Amino acid sequence: MSLAFDLALCALILGAAGLAVAGRNLFGSVVFYIVYGVLIALAWVSLGAADVALAEAAIGAGVTGVLLIGAWQGMKDAGGLEAEITKSLPVRVLAGLGAAALGALIGFAVLSLPGHDGLTGPVAENQPALDLGNPVTAVLLSFRAYDTLLETLVLTAALAAVWSLTPARFWGGIPGPKHTTRPDGVMASFGRLLPPLGVLVAVYLVWAGADQPGGAFQAGTVLAAVWILIVLAGLRDEPRLSSLILRLIVIAGPLVFLGAGLAGALAGLALGYPEGHARTLILIIEYALTLSIAATLALLIAGPARRAP
Amino acid sequence: MNAMEWFIAGLLALGVFFYVAGTVGLLRFPDTHSRLHALTKADNLGLGFIAIAAGLHWGDGWIAGKLALVWLLTLFAAGMAAQLVARAALKAEGGE
Repeated sequence: MSLAFDLALCALILGAAGLAVAGRNLFGSVVFYIVYGVLIALAWVSLGAADVALAEAAIGAGVTGVLLIGAWQGMKDAGGLEAEITKSLPVRVLAGLGAAALGALIGFAVLSLPGHDGLTGPVAENQPALDLGNPVTAVLLSFRAYDTLLETLVLTAALAAVWSLTPARFWGGIPGPKHTTRPDGVMASFGRLLPPLGVLVAVYLVWAGADQPGGAFQAGTVLAAVWILIVLAGLRDEPRLSSLILRLIVIAGPLVFLGAGLAGALAGLALGYPEGHARTLILIIEYALTLSIAATLALLIAGPARRAP
Repeated sequence: MNAMEWFIAGLLALGVFFYVAGTVGLLRFPDTHSRLHALTKADNLGLGFIAIAAGLHWGDGWIAGKLALVWLLTLFAAGMAAQLVARAALKAEGGE
């Protein structure tokens, strides 16, 4: 029964991926990309990787989907969609060959991984030193903290890139259009009903993340969704991008992370934690990262400033 | 299969029936508003039956409670999305 489910899921994933790539209609491709993200999240659940499933559903399908729809709308407004020219045959063949070569490389890399247990053993051996129950958090914030630090910096750099598109006269202004909804309408009511629940879920995710599935990225995405919902419902406007508090929140996570890494370097091992304090430090980093990731994702979706401060 | 398992299977079949009905409606109904009607009403009823079946299958109060919460939130989200899509469709048709 489970095998039947997995096979059906694989077929659906391949189908959604094929339709996303081969679709003639750009909006249809975006929709199938989002469907693909949701199906991939189900596949991770089926593999027992709840952490990855949460991240994939929240970021892969959710945030990326919204960004892609925003990009599509922007292209439509700019008249860029009318010219959906089919590229010439050599270009398409070259693109196909490139994609096939990349796919083959990834397949080769996966197949050449030693054993099928991967790093489960070494992680389980060293995990007690950190006093964390969740092996994923142990890998992300200690054994491979370097990767996670760079990931958070990538998010910040992406936000800087988006902000750099601001026209000079709007610099430091308010992103996005002003949303107005009828005060007693469905959207406004929903915007008041859901945020408390969303905040509760986010706090739970980051709090549980130390010992169970969850963590900064998942909680941050939920908080970002709450932020976006409140703005869409017209209950609060986006903040001024020149706001010092806002900018401090955006860099708080990477800053705390870098600070911990630097302190470790002075004590002998970069990004290493002093014995007995690993759990405390990791939790502080996770909480700071949650706020920064939430603000960065919400601001990425809001885009560059479009109104004067 | 004992009586309980038959009952759960029946609930699942009922849920799937409503999903199929909703999908047929989505594909066959003539305009946006009717399609929304099929999608948000029939599908959510189907989800409700499947949630009840899953809750009975695990026979655990906590799991059943969480499933009920999931269903409730889906109802809220589907209802809101349907309202927004319907309003956007009305505007596109030149109404309002």
